[in-house]
Amino acid sequence: MFNMIDKVWIIPALMAASFLVILFFGKRWGTRATAGIGIAAVSICLLLSVIVAGNWISRVNHPPTGAALAADVIAANGLIPQTGETIGQEVNAATKDSGETMTTESHSASTTEANATEGHGTEATASENGGEHESVPPVVRTVTWFQIGGMQFEMGTLVDGLAAMMLITVCIISLLVHIYSTEYLHGDVRFTHYYAFLSLFTASMLFYVLSSNTLQMLMGWELVGVCSFGLIGHWWEEKKNTDAALKAFLTNRVGDIGLILGVIITFFAAGGTSFNVLHINEYALSHSANTTLLLVGALCLFGGVTSKSGQFPLHTWLPDAMAGPTPVSALIHAATMVVAGVYLIARLYGVFFSGLAIGSSTFHYVAFIGGFTTIIGGLLAFVQTDLKKVLAYSTISQLGYMVMALGVGAWTAGVFHLFTHAFFKACLFLGAGSVSHACHHTFDMREMGGLRKKMPITHATFLIATLALAGIFPLAGFWSKDEILAGAANGQENAYTIMLIFGLITAFLTAAYMGRAYWLTFWGEYRGHAKPHESPKVITVPLIILAGCAVVFGFTNFPGNFFGIKLPSGVTTRFEHFVEPTFAFPPLQHAEFTPWLAVVSTILAATGLFIAYQYYEKNRGPHGLTSRNKVAHAGYTFLENKYYLDDLYTGVIAGSTKGPIARAANWFNQNILDGVINGIGFGARKIAGVVYVFGDQLIIDGAVNGSGRGSEGAGQLLRKIQTGKVQQYASILFAGAVVLAGVLVFVV
Amino acid sequence: MFLNQFLLLAAILFCIGVYGVLARKNGVLVLMSIELILNAVNINLVAFGAYWHANDMANVSGQVFALFVIAVAAAEVGVGLALVLLIYRNRQSIDIDDVDMLKG
Amino acid sequence: MLALLVAQNIAFYIIAALMVVGAIRVVTTKNVMHAALWLVLVLSGAAAQYILLAAEFVAITQVLVYLGAIIVLFLFGIMLTRAKTGNDDDLDNKKSAKFIGAGIGVLLLGLMSYSLIDGFKDTEFGNLMVQRTAEVSDSIFSTYLLPFEVLSVLLLAALIGAIVIARRD
Repeated sequence: MFNMIDKVWIIPALMAASFLVILFFGKRWGTRATAGIGIAAVSICLLLSVIVAGNWISRVNHPPTGAALAADVIAANGLIPQTGETIGQEVNAATKDSGETMTTESHSASTTEANATEGHGTEATASENGGEHESVPPVVRTVTWFQIGGMQFEMGTLVDGLAAMMLITVCIISLLVHIYSTEYLHGDVRFTHYYAFLSLFTASMLFYVLSSNTLQMLMGWELVGVCSFGLIGHWWEEKKNTDAALKAFLTNRVGDIGLILGVIITFFAAGGTSFNVLHINEYALSHSANTTLLLVGALCLFGGVTSKSGQFPLHTWLPDAMAGPTPVSALIHAATMVVAGVYLIARLYGVFFSGLAIGSSTFHYVAFIGGFTTIIGGLLAFVQTDLKKVLAYSTISQLGYMVMALGVGAWTAGVFHLFTHAFFKACLFLGAGSVSHACHHTFDMREMGGLRKKMPITHATFLIATLALAGIFPLAGFWSKDEILAGAANGQENAYTIMLIFGLITAFLTAAYMGRAYWLTFWGEYRGHAKPHESPKVITVPLIILAGCAVVFGFTNFPGNFFGIKLPSGVTTRFEHFVEPTFAFPPLQHAEFTPWLAVVSTILAATGLFIAYQYYEKNRGPHGLTSRNKVAHAGYTFLENKYYLDDLYTGVIAGSTKGPIARAANWFNQNILDGVINGIGFGARKIAGVVYVFGDQLIIDGAVNGSGRGSEGAGQLLRKIQTGKVQQYASILFAGAVVLAGVLVFVV
Repeated sequence: MFLNQFLLLAAILFCIGVYGVLARKNGVLVLMSIELILNAVNINLVAFGAYWHANDMANVSGQVFALFVIAVAAAEVGVGLALVLLIYRNRQSIDIDDVDMLKG
Repeated sequence: MLALLVAQNIAFYIIAALMVVGAIRVVTTKNVMHAALWLVLVLSGAAAQYILLAAEFVAITQVLVYLGAIIVLFLFGIMLTRAKTGNDDDLDNKKSAKFIGAGIGVLLLGLMSYSLIDGFKDTEFGNLMVQRTAEVSDSIFSTYLLPFEVLSVLLLAALIGAIVIARRD
């Protein structure tokens, strides 16, 4: 297998080339060729990504040593490599300032690993290398982008387990979406436009995950944002869609300000010499790091995460983004782009770790926001009648899960959940697309029902993905969700009890709302007017593949001790072994598989499904509660209005110049203040009458009219100078020049 | 020779040019006056250039800038005369005090 | 050496006197054609001054561009706008404007003369050396390459602009 890991830049470049070709020749060559180009390019990318992953695995298994290691460390730190014997000295010189810390750090890391090894008894490399876990530096290849005032800005690729994992995820889903879209968007007016954007998106996402510095990440981040904007507004003939696109774009801008500030702050915090990710991480983890600066930087970066990954309170754009074509929702707004924020935390984990002091308390900002988001997302999913919106809120909820995992220090668990979630969520979205394709392009679950017989394949794949999302053994979601819960329960120094409770509640909610969506869609009697039929192979085959992924990929991180089942160490916790960085990475404790937690969460999920089944299929339980009980009804309205967040934003953004604030105030008035006001109102009216005559008419109006007349008079006066004769202007100009020159010569 | 000889000559030419720009009505004559102003500037530039060149043999910036000014002047005259021509074509007159439609 | 200096000074003052007279005639004459011809005198006087300053290339360019091209353009302009041949009393603004212009001009001149005499007093040219064309071109194509390129764009823009403005359609 040839070494692809040095030349990964080819992968995004290939997609960019595909974008350009489709852009310039797509219309001329027709839709078949357009789709063909896109699919071919993604296929090659997938192949290359698999090779990269293979390269990385062999690199972890056979870590570089000696001069090769030294060269890699230098490259990883964003320094210029030297040749010859000086290389060893260069390493010493280059890492002199962070040298001590680096050694201690790797030492402590290896100690932790050793401890973990004792616990697990399964660390493969550890045994190979005699109990010493080697630190494997990522492969960084850079070129100078530009130079300003002696500062070099570099552009390059960084490949480690995380990047390789993201490459494969993005390529697989992108490929399936490319294939799926040939049917889903068949005959669309902007077919070429769509495929061009799809290629551009894939290119930018790959560019983003391979970035070696934060500046480049920012570029990729904005590029995917632009593609998201373009694809949400794909059917821009409807105002609703363009509004959704604008909302997504603007909401993301809010967070992007945070991101830019964060990038700048971390850059200067780390010495102001390099944007290099590993350099920043290393600085953040060194003992000399300025934690206050890092705290501010991490909070700013988290602002970017909040908008991109749909965290509370900037999640409101994501459900609206469902206005785009369904394959786009699957690719961008479920599997890849929205996890860019999670990826950012994972990538700059050093900054978040020491800036926000992960692991040293029972409460943590990032974890709390994540946990809060998962619950509010899960609750909102209950009141949606639109199948895609249910999935959108579910995505928000699951993203919250990932962020929470990263916040409690369960890095691997969070990233693992990102990985598994991408597949089953994409499967759910594509399944929903397949359903709507059959039902006259509606996503309204009230017009579905009983589809399991008419669309057996879609039904089966949707069921698998639903169970995976609910976290039922042995599907992918079970493993990743369980790891997160175990991470929250064990914590780093303390257990994160609040986060654990959040997680368990969400496990129940997830199962319940997915059960609701599933039964409403596939069981009961068909309630729509179309004649549903199974979708063609182009649509079902991607579904089957994704469902397969949802079954299989959970086993990539099979725990070392699963209810007493101890598999050979070469097959357990492979994901953790290959993906978790060992270079410039904080020492983390790995939570072991916790049997009681697994049992509890599975029972909760099963209960959720069962309740949904009873309620929506068997029609048991307190139906009509929301119309009878006032409290329940208020809760329902509250949820249906999405916690009134949208109203709040519209009001604030449009400001006092437009109506919304007035309307919000009116609403406030009508609903809350009325009772109080009415009593006071009468007296106030009397006073107001007096104030009107004297205050308003006399003083205020007088002032307003007076200033108006004054400016009119001044205008009349000045208008005389405005003769339109160019030479008079010139005289004034030169006279002014004379006066000014006189002042300069004689006075100054 | 004193540097001031040239600078004063340039100042005189400049002021005559300014007078011409302000006092003349005919568009072509205004443009000619502007040429006087530009030439005054050029004399300044070349005089200072010669002064510096006497101290530093490699420094010919004055001449270079004078050349640039000549090129800009050529462009200015081209466009200026085109404008005058357009005005003449529209109003059968090139008196620029007639062109006052922008008055307030 | 002294003889040379004296000769230079004499040449300067003669040429300067001619230029000033020419310039005054340009802005006062009643005949447009004469104004153009007086301008020729001023411009060629400037070229002569450049030679006195040992700036040969600028002098030659002055002759080529100003006398060869710009004056011809002016003559075309005069022709195309059908100016009166012979005297024309309607070339100037009204009296008041002329007084204002003269006032501004005199004030400006006084100010400039004061600050020049005050600033440069008796500064002499050192040893005036011929500034060779080769040096000028070296300077243009190395130090001032970018302004040079920008200038070429400016000329192109002026060319297109002049055509667009002046063409009939």
